[in-house]
Amino acid sequence: MSMTETPPRPPATPQAPPRPESRLRRFLDSDIFYSWKRSPVTILATVTALTLILIAILAPWIAPYDPFNPASLNLMDGFTPPVSQGPFSENWFLMGADNQGRDVLSTIMYGSRVSLFVGFMATMFAMVLGVGLGLTAGYNGGMIDAVIMRIADIQLSFPAILIALLIFGVARGMIPASHQESMAIWVLILAIGLSNWAQFARTVRGATMVEREKDYVSAARIMGVHPILILLRHILPNVLGPVLVIGTIGLALAIIEEATLSFLGVGVPPTQPSLGTLIRIGQQYLFSGEWWILFFPAVTLILLALSVNLLGDWLRDALNPKLR
Amino acid sequence: MLAFIIRRLAQSVLVMLFVALIAFVIFRYVGDPITSMVGVETRLEDQEIMRDRLGLNDPVVIQFARFIGNALQGEFGISYRLQQPVTELILSRLPATLELAVASALIALVFGVVLGVFTALRPKSFVTAGIMAASLVGVSLPTFLIGIGLIYVFSVELGWLPSFGRGEVVDLGWWRTGLLTESGLKSIILPAITLSLFQLTLIMRLVRAEMLEVLRTEYIRFARARGLTQRAINFGHALKNTMVPVITITGLQLGSVIAFAIVTETVFQWPGVGSLFITSVQVVDVPVMAAYLMFIALVFVLINLIVDILYYVVDPRLRVDGGASGN
Repeated sequence: MSMTETPPRPPATPQAPPRPESRLRRFLDSDIFYSWKRSPVTILATVTALTLILIAILAPWIAPYDPFNPASLNLMDGFTPPVSQGPFSENWFLMGADNQGRDVLSTIMYGSRVSLFVGFMATMFAMVLGVGLGLTAGYNGGMIDAVIMRIADIQLSFPAILIALLIFGVARGMIPASHQESMAIWVLILAIGLSNWAQFARTVRGATMVEREKDYVSAARIMGVHPILILLRHILPNVLGPVLVIGTIGLALAIIEEATLSFLGVGVPPTQPSLGTLIRIGQQYLFSGEWWILFFPAVTLILLALSVNLLGDWLRDALNPKLR
Repeated sequence: MLAFIIRRLAQSVLVMLFVALIAFVIFRYVGDPITSMVGVETRLEDQEIMRDRLGLNDPVVIQFARFIGNALQGEFGISYRLQQPVTELILSRLPATLELAVASALIALVFGVVLGVFTALRPKSFVTAGIMAASLVGVSLPTFLIGIGLIYVFSVELGWLPSFGRGEVVDLGWWRTGLLTESGLKSIILPAITLSLFQLTLIMRLVRAEMLEVLRTEYIRFARARGLTQRAINFGHALKNTMVPVITITGLQLGSVIAFAIVTETVFQWPGVGSLFITSVQVVDVPVMAAYLMFIALVFVLINLIVDILYYVVDPRLRVDGGASGN
């Protein structure tokens, strides 16, 4: 993350050695790539995470069935165990079918789509909000800093899930009943995002206070660069490293938080089930022995959260070797 | 000492006021209190009279002051859904949650310390590697999946333990306990384990780190030189010195345990405060939501205050700079 300002180059002199190094070459030679290459666990986590994300993005094209098209559902297929039919028969379910005869594999594909979408959007929201407030607090100091950080302190001492639940409940009371179904996903993103911003703010504020004292910032200030421009062009690039780490781990947390909320029945609407909703449905059939309705979504969720978490851990070590 | 306590108290009161403001905003502006109280047939004029009589037309500051006054007397209004005073509802559900929280904190403390000491004393053993790997997986697993997994193994497959409810409870007048009957004790095992796992890993890693640190110090080496037994060194000298941070963290985490109980209580249909809160979020039962928020905040603030004061008593170094917050 070294994006320090380079002065405008003087016109190239004939002696200047040619620099054929491409961006790719530079990336392959970097410390980060080296530490990635050296850690088999991280390679495995990357492959797993990318595969799951790819499957989620491509779900409408590669899913064997469209689980949300009532015309293609047959209640007679309900509770079909995994691979019980021959692979060439009309209704073949690799991971079985759920209570409504939906193919579990297809619902998982669409479900991880919802989970990942909510997780990404909520993390982005928390990141933009937290980084913005952290930069403001760290650069200005004084009263603004005190107020922002006090609120962050109070919020950090409560578990995120509790805050998300409260925001969700409040939003539900404010939105008219007719819009609740369509707004639910955005309310969820808002709730999870608002419950996670404080981590970003705290880290960015600390880093900003360090950067603020450095000469390049003073130079920019003396040159009369607008404070907002100083924050965005000069300080922001230098505090992005830790933000990336918190963002990755935050993504794993957001995915788990979404699953938990949906499992508690206050998440996405049942017409757009996420992995948490699928687990909630599957739990009802655990006692009667239809384990696959629960098992496969749960495994997918675990793989997703674990691989993203491991990536975040590796990134933290790679960007900051002192912290081992 | 007194000045320190007063300053911490003032800070706590400030935090409580801030939370009360949020609770008041939720209470007052989420949905219309009048519409949730009256039927559709009530005439608009009557609604206006009710509004006046309940003081909903007064200035916001006065309404907020009244809200705080009521809250101080433990008065949070009537639940929209159950038509009972909210305070009564929460108090009747509280014993279940507290028993669960304390049981899981005990499990986390005991197993966390034992595993932490073990992994610190045998850092190269493959058992240690296994425990550390398992703890990493345990942290990234969502609580509700752990609960479901335990139910599947111990209730569905083995049939040893009940999968939901509190079992038989004994009424002690103001406290309904499940800890005095066999079915009650059996019922608390699975939810308590589920709730404790996260804290358990936390405590284990903390004890391990502290122990590794302490075992390198001079006074341990001196104790070895004096020829003390391994047991006396490890437990009498090393472990004793790791206990202060461990007890602090366990205490501070008790608040989180009560809040995390929301999820565990839902999985195990445990009739505690958390499941009351979840149902009130689902049906937007605003008075219960506001009261629960105040209740949790009070628990957090009280625990923080007690821990800070204990710190001050235990650690004289804090007295120099007037006691920076330990949190």
